[in-house]
This record gives sequence, C-alpha cells and structure tokens, in this order.
Amino acid sequence: MVIPVHSTEGEVLKEAEERELRDKLEGIAREVRWDIVRMIGLAQSGHPGGSLSCADILVCLYFQAMNHDPKNPDWRYRDRFVLSKGHAAPALYAVLARCGYFDREELWRLRRLGAMLQGHPDRLKTPGVEISTGSLGQGLAAACGMALGLRMDENPARIFALVGDGESQEGGIWEAAMLAGHHCLDSLTAILDHNGLQIDGSCCEVVSLGDVAAKWRSFGWDVEEIDGHDVIEVTRSLDRAGAASGRPYMIIAHTIKGKGVSFMENNVDFHGKAPSPEEMERALKEIERL
Amino acid sequence: MTPSQETRNTRDGYAAALLELGERDLRIVVLDADLAKSTQTEKFKLRFPDRFVDCGVAEQNLMATAAGLAATDKIVFASTFAIFATGRAYDQVRNTIAYSNLNVKICASHGGITVGEDGSSHQALEDIALMRAIPRMKVVVPADYYETREAVKAVAYIEGPVYVRIGRPKVPVLFDDTYSFDFGKALVLRPGRDVSMLACGFMAHKALQAAEELASGGIEAEVLDVHTIKPLDREGILESASRTGKVVTCEEHSVIGGLGGAVAELLAEEMPLPMRMVGIRDSFGTSGTADELVEHFGLGSRHIAEVVRGLCG
Repeated sequence: MVIPVHSTEGEVLKEAEERELRDKLEGIAREVRWDIVRMIGLAQSGHPGGSLSCADILVCLYFQAMNHDPKNPDWRYRDRFVLSKGHAAPALYAVLARCGYFDREELWRLRRLGAMLQGHPDRLKTPGVEISTGSLGQGLAAACGMALGLRMDENPARIFALVGDGESQEGGIWEAAMLAGHHCLDSLTAILDHNGLQIDGSCCEVVSLGDVAAKWRSFGWDVEEIDGHDVIEVTRSLDRAGAASGRPYMIIAHTIKGKGVSFMENNVDFHGKAPSPEEMERALKEIERL
Repeated sequence: MTPSQETRNTRDGYAAALLELGERDLRIVVLDADLAKSTQTEKFKLRFPDRFVDCGVAEQNLMATAAGLAATDKIVFASTFAIFATGRAYDQVRNTIAYSNLNVKICASHGGITVGEDGSSHQALEDIALMRAIPRMKVVVPADYYETREAVKAVAYIEGPVYVRIGRPKVPVLFDDTYSFDFGKALVLRPGRDVSMLACGFMAHKALQAAEELASGGIEAEVLDVHTIKPLDREGILESASRTGKVVTCEEHSVIGGLGGAVAELLAEEMPLPMRMVGIRDSFGTSGTADELVEHFGLGSRHIAEVVRGLCG
C-alpha cells in the first residue's frame, strides 16, 4: 500500500476503507452485469442497455445504502426501492438474487412461461419487489405514496426510486415531482439513470429533457449530478440524500447505456434487444475481464 | 317495496361511511384530486387532516400515489369524478393498482348521465365497462344513500381493488338505517313471475316505478338491485331468470360492457333467453338537467315499462 506523504492518519484510514468498499461494490457489480447479460441472453428477450446502465446504482443501494433484510422482505422498517423504469428488471433481479431474496437459478428462467421473474417487475410473484412497474411514469408516484404512508406511521424508513431519462418524458413523472416537492417528502430519494438514449435514438433527438437539473430544482427538490458508475460517488451521494432537509432528493446519475460490454455501450440497438448466443458469450468474457 | 318520495345524496352516504371508517381504523386514508367539495371527501379531510392528501388536478398521479400508500398497508379511498378515475387514470388503475393487487378503493362520484349540465366531457358512460374488464377489480354501483354508506364500509375490508360508482344528484331512498350490505349478492326489491328486471344505481328506483306501472297492466315484474356488478351474483340472477324466463337490465351507463353486458355474458353461456337492455345506446352524453337527460336517453320508468311490454307482448 502506498501512503501519500501529506495524508494524516485519519485520511489514510478513510482511503483504505474507501478502497475496500470500492473493491467490494465493483466486484458485486461485475457479477451482476454478468448475470444480466446471461439472463437476457438465455431468455433471448429483454432490455440489456438500461439494465447495465443502472447496475452500479442498484448495487450501491442494496449492498450499501439501504436498510433491508432479504430473509424478511416484509420487515416494517425496511427501506423501499421502486424501479420506476421497470424494463431494467434484469438488473433488479440480479441484485435481489445476490442479496438472497430468491434462488439465483431463477434468473435463467427470466420471461419464461410460469417463471417467478416476469418481463417487468411483479410484486406478487417476486420477493423483494415492492410494487409492480413496467408502464412508465408511475413508479415515482407510487414511491411518493409510500413516503406519505410511512410518514403517517412515523416510520423512518427511506424510499428510493430509479427513474429513466426516456421515462421522464411521461407527464406522470412531473406530477409526482410536484407532489413530492409540495409535501416536503425528504424520505424520498430519486435517482435518474441518465444514459441519454431511448428506443428511437438519443433523448436529445427524440424529445429533449432540456436542463433537467434546473427542472427538478424548480419543483422543490435538492439536486446533485454524479458519475453513476463511480460506486463511491454513488454511495456518498445516497448518503447525503438521507439528510432531513425538508426536500426530496434527486441524484442525476450520468451513466452509459450498455455499460461494461463494449459493443453495447452507447448503442441504442441494445435498448430492448437481446444479444445473440455468440454475442452473449463475447459479452460474458468481456465482463469477466473487467 | 314501493318507490319512496324521499331523496338523498349518495355522496353524503359516502362521506358518512368515510367518517365512520376513519374513526375506528387508523389505516383509512383518503385521496382526492381537487374535487373534495364535490366528492364530499372534504368531511373526512376536516376530521382527519393527517390522513387526507389532495393530489391536485392530477388524477393519474392520484391513482399511482394511492397504490404506493396501499403498499404501506393503508386502506386507501381514492376519489374524483368517475370519468377521470376510470378514463384519465385507466393505466395507473390497471397497471399499478390492480396488477399489484393493492387495497385501493376507487370511490368515484358523478358517474353516468345525471351529471347533467356539464355535458359529455364529464359524463362517465363507459366506466363500469372499463373497470369490469380489469382482472382483480371488483365493481359496486349502489342504489341509494344507505346502500352507498353500507357498501363503502363493506368494501374497505374486501381484499384488493374495488370500484364504487356514486352519482351526483339526490336520488330516491330505497332503504333505511337497518340496511345491511351483502357484497356480491343481488337483492330482490320486488318479487314477480313474468320478467326479471335487473337494475343498478338509481335505476333500481326507476325499475320499481316501471314495475308498478306494469302491474296495473297485469305484468308482474321481479325487480333486483344488482349492486355488485363484479363479481356478478350468477346464482341469484339465474334463479330469477329461470323462474320468469325474460330479463331486462336497467342502467345509467352504455349498454356496451356494463350491467347489461355482464348479464348478457352470463345468460349467453348459461341460460340463453329473451333479453333487453335499457341504457345509453353507444352514444356520448349531452348538456341538460338530470331529469331531462334521463328522459332524453330513454332511462325513465315509462320507457322501461315500454321495453318490458315489448318483451312480454
């Protein structure tokens, strides 16, 4: 270990802890990416691009930020996560399986008839899924409802919602943004998976979100922008979002669609297309080398 | 049962039930979309401000927020006008509430043509059809003040999503304080042997009036209050229909997909027999007073009696 000459003892300790945390989270994220590519490849159906772009964020949530118990999914004081961009279900499933909510073998039956893991999250079928999503623009409002409900019960649990940038073209996102701001829902943290691409092309070309940070600020949210693939940045940001500020918190996470697989990165074709069996093998090897 | 002259607002029945529920169960939460004065949820808001959320003019958000609240073990009453609850927010109701099987009770007022002067944009004539088509959704259309009050209290404790359709105007009172609501069970309001008249909402009263008129001409009509449209009381309806051999449905709704549609589906499979449907014949509404519109769209007792005579003739 190289010790920077100008560091104090405390800083050295912090750096060591941080390196350990980074190694841990990046290691899990690599395994999660491998699982995502394999389950979509085996299903020959699904959304790899947006699953890979949010993989690091979900790992940071479930393995660092969130207070939850996979052995007791209904635990009253658990933090809640809502996947508003429901098509990134493979990322959520891979993370839930790795946490121990269900057997990892279920991943290889994704989207099959009778499978526990549906194309989009189904709370009645999959342990750990808080609410069914898939029709875009509704998950953030559901998260607002959870925040309101827990506040009525004086339950201190936090609520996290992952929103897509293409999804942000839905009016429902902004209705929820307004409601959360109005009701000062500071137990709510939203993360925007800002990968810049949607099915028909780049979000800027389809319908631009404009100055998205300014929009969220104007709705009464605290906003910060981060690199959504830097696990330490994500973790710190999720930590800051927990402060009782009287305002909901939006983390705009700049991400890369298809992150971790060279031929999927920033490739709009892999929004909702499964890799061929050969592409899958190539992608899995790439991820193993990460 | 003879038709009463006293009228009362079904929305007041809803408000009374909410107050009673709110008093005894802390899980009861009420949401509205800037219509609390119209839907009468304002009474709950004043009594239990901490368990009331006004979502503003955003019905889609209202429904998805209701789902989230229900996911924290609340029993959520979500109110707005029927047209917005079922039309504007259909996707939220289907995909976030019903698909998740959450305890959201959508109690929508201003259902049907009797909204009156506001006209077609505010007259829900397809809401029963829309809600009935959603898996896991239950549909209740109460007939008067007391039935509304008791139905709302009952559905609070029926697992999963429920749609309760409430009207705007005062309607004749059929029952009294002793009324006990039996979810899923059609209620015989008047026995008869010649024809079964199946009605919901205030049309139960119109059907009773028509039955009186028919009796003077020698036709003994049986009148059933089919307050629960889903799940439909298959046994009760088939029992009555098998005795009378003829069925007429009466509703303040399109004949496509509502009570008439539900009964037709049942009879077509189980007991095909002559049937007529009184309702809106595939058209939009229009402005006018509630009474004028009832006559204009052929929902009045005279018209119902004519339809029955045509069937029995």
